[in-house]
Amino acid sequence: MARTERQLPSRILVLGATSAIASGVMRPLAAQGAQFYLVTRDPRKLAAVAADLQTRGAGAVFTHLMDLDDTDAHGSMLADAAQKLGTIDMALLAHGVLGDQEKAQSDYAAAEAILKTNFLSAVSLITWLANYFEQTRQGTLAVISSVAGDRGRKSNYVYGASKGALNVFLDGVRNRIDRSGVHVLTIKPGFVATPMTAHLDQNALFAHPSGIGDGILKAIRKRKDVAYLPPIWALIMLMIRSIPNAVFKKMNL
Amino acid sequence: MPRNPQPKFESWGRYPRLHANVVPLSWTTDFPLAKPPATKLLPVGAGRSYGDVCLLDGGTLLKTRGMDRLLHFDPQTGILCCEAGVTLAEILDFAVPRGFFLPVSPGTKYVTVGGAIANDIHGKNHHVAGTFGCHVPRFELVRSDGARFVCSATENADWFSATIGGMGLTGLISWAEIRLRPIVSRAIQYRGTKFIGIDEFVALSQASAQPVYTVAWIDCAATGNNFARGIYMQGDHSSMPGELTPSKRPWLTLPLDLPEFALNRFSVSLFNTLYYNKQRAKEKTGLVDYEPFFYPLDSLLQWNRMYGKSGLLQFQCVLPWEADHQMGIVKILKAITASGLASFLAVLKVFGDVPSPGMMSFPAPGITLALDFPIRTEVSFDLLDRLARITQEHGGRMYPAKDARMTAEEFQSFYPQWQAFARYIDPAFSSAFWERVTARG
Repeated sequence: MARTERQLPSRILVLGATSAIASGVMRPLAAQGAQFYLVTRDPRKLAAVAADLQTRGAGAVFTHLMDLDDTDAHGSMLADAAQKLGTIDMALLAHGVLGDQEKAQSDYAAAEAILKTNFLSAVSLITWLANYFEQTRQGTLAVISSVAGDRGRKSNYVYGASKGALNVFLDGVRNRIDRSGVHVLTIKPGFVATPMTAHLDQNALFAHPSGIGDGILKAIRKRKDVAYLPPIWALIMLMIRSIPNAVFKKMNL
Repeated sequence: MPRNPQPKFESWGRYPRLHANVVPLSWTTDFPLAKPPATKLLPVGAGRSYGDVCLLDGGTLLKTRGMDRLLHFDPQTGILCCEAGVTLAEILDFAVPRGFFLPVSPGTKYVTVGGAIANDIHGKNHHVAGTFGCHVPRFELVRSDGARFVCSATENADWFSATIGGMGLTGLISWAEIRLRPIVSRAIQYRGTKFIGIDEFVALSQASAQPVYTVAWIDCAATGNNFARGIYMQGDHSSMPGELTPSKRPWLTLPLDLPEFALNRFSVSLFNTLYYNKQRAKEKTGLVDYEPFFYPLDSLLQWNRMYGKSGLLQFQCVLPWEADHQMGIVKILKAITASGLASFLAVLKVFGDVPSPGMMSFPAPGITLALDFPIRTEVSFDLLDRLARITQEHGGRMYPAKDARMTAEEFQSFYPQWQAFARYIDPAFSSAFWERVTARG
């Protein structure tokens, strides 16, 4: 059954606000006068992002500097966001690191750091936000995961595991709070030309962050559960997931 | 021979193709680089200049498109401050719904602000508004040693002058202010007038009451009685309040390189004849949208593939006014007609005398001719060499942003101030163009 399209949210908490994909989501919302609470750790980048949103028409831009790995400080930051925005009607989790796979293969501390940023800090934030949205019986929880979480491959399985764990966690959260009117959106971008991927050889599969942003807004309006972006990745990952391990383990991916 | 590990880069003309590494810059604070490479550097915006002014063989290109934030807008003064990687298309998306427009528009909106300043681009309103650089009150220049200069006509005025039209060589432009102009509608009040011959073109362009925008399309394939026929196009922003909606994104992309034979003297002649005769009457007026008026080619993404995989050569010169007949322009047009290499895209325009703040700026009072040629190896190169010689003989100059061919001797005669400019070049910066036109013979 086709669901009716919704209005876009207007009071938005953005975690990892300097992400290029987050900018692609925030700019069209700013043009409609949305209010933002931006969280990131680099003051100069945060100032540039805040100025951009303000110039494009944001109703208000609140900023909060913190390292999101500091899970102890999540509660006070989230309470401040809820207070400043009045109501949070969307939270966008956009922080994350690609990490160094080679280092993480031999150094547990490096692997742990990737899991801490991409998974554990997200668990801490989502725990608070899921309860907040469940109690207010509204809200959109949009989380940027990755196609890398669909299957582990040798070139980035630590990153992939952090995103795969996040996907499973979100499936469970959705199963719990969808019935309270909360929209939980798992976003799985393929390759996107962002600072995170700047060191990789970029081919035709690399998408521009503004196109990904438009795709996320569309997924929010359509209340999708999982959005592969660009959509071709749904097909690519279906094929990759269906390769038997007997073959997959011999491939160079 | 070992494979060169650096990928190849091409400009919009797709000639030449040169190896380089790429470092994307996403924040104005990303430069100077934390780990400077051993090679020379060159900032590149959207890569929409034609020849090698945005290339650096064996070097490191600093791609500025990630610096795409708007930083401030004052609707009272119309001054927009933005990062240098913002494109003019993005500015229009922002400005038009607010009732503002670019002060100067080139033939494509897919160039960055940094590139517009570095090449001191011009548009159809040059005769009244001057170059893009005339509408840039301030910008920040970042040098490879970490020095940051805010430049304007009064602060660091020498750096301001060297950087406008400075081809990206004086350092990285990180942000800039642009003075937008108010509009009340997307619409342009248009008038197209057919002409035959340069004298008639000159008479039209010297008629009183010139509107803000003027340009002529010229048929460089027509000969005999039709020699130098064209359509003189004039326009003004409509003064009747109308739609101020943002533009739709183009959906049409030329998906592949056309074969080299697709553009030949017969297909071009046919196309030009159809285009010339599409307007039946001598004169045609009406309201048109600004998109087709300013950016007719932008609706076909990747149109440069029309020229096949060997790419295209651009030629743009400006010749000063001559006492009686404009013999230099006529000679150039005759050489092009005779070569049979002309393309559809040829443009004639009168430049005015509004001075640019840029030391190396290209426009000068007189007539400018711009067109592109398919690359047919030596034939095309010979023709360009001949056009450069005629330009030189008639006291004109050529445009670096559209050049892949001029010699060091020619460049240095066109821009005798080049040595004074060279003192402002960042010691870590260079470009394939600059190396070519300053090579010692």
